[in-house]
Amino acid sequence: MTSSALSRKKRQRTPEERARRRKETVRAWLYIAPAGVVMLIISFFPQIFQVWMAFTDYRIKNLRFNLFNPATWEKYAPPFVGLENFVKIVTSSLALENYNFARLLTFNVVWTVVNVFFHVVLGVVIALALNEKFLIGRRLYRALFVLPWAIPGLITAVVWHNMYDDRFGAVNQLLAVFNQHLGTTFPTDIKWLTDPTPPIGGPLSFLPLAFYAVLIANIWLGWPFMSVVATGALQSIPAELYEAAAIDGANGWQKFWSVTVPLIRPAMVPAIMLGTIWTFNGFNVIYFITGGGPFGRTEILVTQAFKLVYEQRLYGVGAAFSIVVFFILLFLTLIQNRVTRATEAYDA
Amino acid sequence: MPEKLKWQDILKQIGLQLFLLSVTATVMFPILWVFSIALDPRNIDKPLELELIPPGASFDAFHRVLFEPYKLLCKNPTDVSTCMTFGGLLKNSLTVSLGTALFTVLLGASAAYAFSRFKFIGREAGMIGFVAMLMLPATGTIAPLYVLLSQIKLGSEPLRTTLIGLMIAYTAGALPFSIWNLKGYFDTVPRELEEAALIDGATPTQTFLRIVLPLSLPALAVTVLLGFMSGWTEFVLAWLLLEDPARFTLPMALRSMQGQFSTPWSDFFALAIVMSVPPVLLFFSLQRYIVSGLTVGGVKG
Repeated sequence: MTSSALSRKKRQRTPEERARRRKETVRAWLYIAPAGVVMLIISFFPQIFQVWMAFTDYRIKNLRFNLFNPATWEKYAPPFVGLENFVKIVTSSLALENYNFARLLTFNVVWTVVNVFFHVVLGVVIALALNEKFLIGRRLYRALFVLPWAIPGLITAVVWHNMYDDRFGAVNQLLAVFNQHLGTTFPTDIKWLTDPTPPIGGPLSFLPLAFYAVLIANIWLGWPFMSVVATGALQSIPAELYEAAAIDGANGWQKFWSVTVPLIRPAMVPAIMLGTIWTFNGFNVIYFITGGGPFGRTEILVTQAFKLVYEQRLYGVGAAFSIVVFFILLFLTLIQNRVTRATEAYDA
Repeated sequence: MPEKLKWQDILKQIGLQLFLLSVTATVMFPILWVFSIALDPRNIDKPLELELIPPGASFDAFHRVLFEPYKLLCKNPTDVSTCMTFGGLLKNSLTVSLGTALFTVLLGASAAYAFSRFKFIGREAGMIGFVAMLMLPATGTIAPLYVLLSQIKLGSEPLRTTLIGLMIAYTAGALPFSIWNLKGYFDTVPRELEEAALIDGATPTQTFLRIVLPLSLPALAVTVLLGFMSGWTEFVLAWLLLEDPARFTLPMALRSMQGQFSTPWSDFFALAIVMSVPPVLLFFSLQRYIVSGLTVGGVKG
C-alpha cells in the first residue's frame, strides 16, 4: 500500500517537477546563450569543420571551397580519404624532414611534465617564502615577481631567443662576466639552440641542449602563475591549524606536509591541470625560441601542426594533428584527474 | 630563551632575503637586458658586451616608435601620410582589448552563473563542451573561421575585417577558461545569501546582479585581465583577418618589425617595453584581487 501511495504521489508530482525543471533549463540556457552563440560561431563550428577536414586530403586549392556557396562544392571539395591522415601521422610516414611521431609525443609529454613540475615546486616554495609576515620588502617582491607573467608572451619568447644567441647573446656574455670576476672557466661560445649533441647521455640522449635552454625560459615564464594561485590558497589557511600542529609537536617539515599541502591542494589541482594543458599546447615558447630545432628535436605537436598548415599547406593533415592532440590531452587530463582524486580519497 | 628566538628570526630573514634576491636577479636579468638594447643607439640586435647602459645611450628608439609613422603599415606604401602612427595603433589595440575584456566578463559571468546555480538538462555536456575547447588546438580552424566571418555582414563590410569581428574571435578564445574560473568562484559564494533574497521576493537575475557579482570581484578582475591580455598580445589571427592598415593593432606593428633579414632591434624592444606598460599596470592595480580570484576549487577562508 505504501509503495502504491508513494508511486501515486510520484506520478502526481512528476509533471510539476518536470515543468519546473523545463523552466529552469530554459532559463539556464538563456544565461548561456550569449557565450554559447559566440563559441558556436568562432569555436565549435570551425572545430567541426576541422574534424571533417581531418578525413579529407585538404590542400591549398581546396581553400576555395565555400560551404555557403554551392557553386564551389563540385569543383573544390577535397577528396575523402578516411583515416589516411591519421595513419600517416601515427606511422611517421609524412613526407617531412625529421618527422617521427613517437619522438614528438615523448618529447611533448616530457616537456610538459618537467615544466609543470618546476612551475609548481618553484611557485609553491616562493609563495611560502613570501608568506612570512616578518619578511622585509614583501610587497616589492610580490610586485616584481608578477612581471614574467604580465609581459606579453611574444615579447618574452623573442627576448629569450636573442639571449641564447651563441655569439652575442646575453647568456654567454653573462658566463664571460662570471669567468672574469669569479675565475671560473665556462665556455662562452655555447650554441644553446643549435648544438645537436645531447649534454646528458643514456636515456636522456633524446634531449638536445636546446631543451634545457628553452626549459629555463619556460620555467621563468610559468612559475609566477602557480605562485599566485598558491599565495591565494596559503592566505586562506587559518593560523590556528599551524598552532595546533605546533602544540602536537610537529616540526616545520611535518607542518608543511600535514597542514599546508592538503589545504592548498584544492586550489592547486585545477591550476596544475590548466598548466598542463597550457604547456602541452604552448606554441609561443617553442616556436619563437628554438623553432623546433635542432633537427626537429624540440618540436612539439602544436608547432608541428602549425608548420604542416602554414609551411606545407597540408590542411587535412594539420587538422588531423589537432584532433590527435585533443585526444592525447583528454587522456592525460583524465589520468591526472584520477590520480588526484585517488590521493584525495586516500587521505580522507 | 627569547634571545635565541630572535637570533633564529634574523637568520631566517637573511636566508629568505638571499633566496628572494637571487629569484629577483633571474626575473630581472632579461628585463634589464631588453632595456639596455632599447637604449642602444646602434639599433643592433645583440650588443657585444653586457652593459646596463650602453655607450651613447639615448631614448631615440622610444622617440621613433612613439612619434614616427610606421612605414611598413601603410595603405599606400609610397605616401607616408597614409601610414599608421603609434596613436592610431594604440587606439585600435585599446578598443580591441577593452572590448574583449568587456565581452568576456559579461558573457562569461552569465554562462558561469547558469553552470554554478541552475540544475538543468545538458549542464554536464555544456560544461564539458566549453572546457574541451581549451584542449583543441585552433591551428586548423583558421580557414573555416575566415570563410565564416566573411559570410557575416556588419553593415556593408564582412565582420572578418572589422575590429568587432576580432573582439568576438578573441572573446571566444578567452571564454573557456573564464567560464571555468568564474564557475569555480561562484560555487564558493554561499547560497544562503541568495536564498534569503529569493524569499524576500527577488528574482534569480536580481540575486545574480546584486549578490553574486559583487561578491565575486576577484574572479571578475581575473577575467577582465585575461580578456584584455588576449586582445593586447594576439597577432596571428589579426594578420589573417584584417585588411585595412588603419585597423591594425600594436602587436601587429611589433611583428611587422621582425624582418626576414634584419630587425631594428632597439626599435623593436622600445615598442615591446611600451607595450608591456599597460598590462603591467593592470596587473599591479588588480593584484589584490588576482591572488584570491584565481583560487579556483573553492578554498574558503
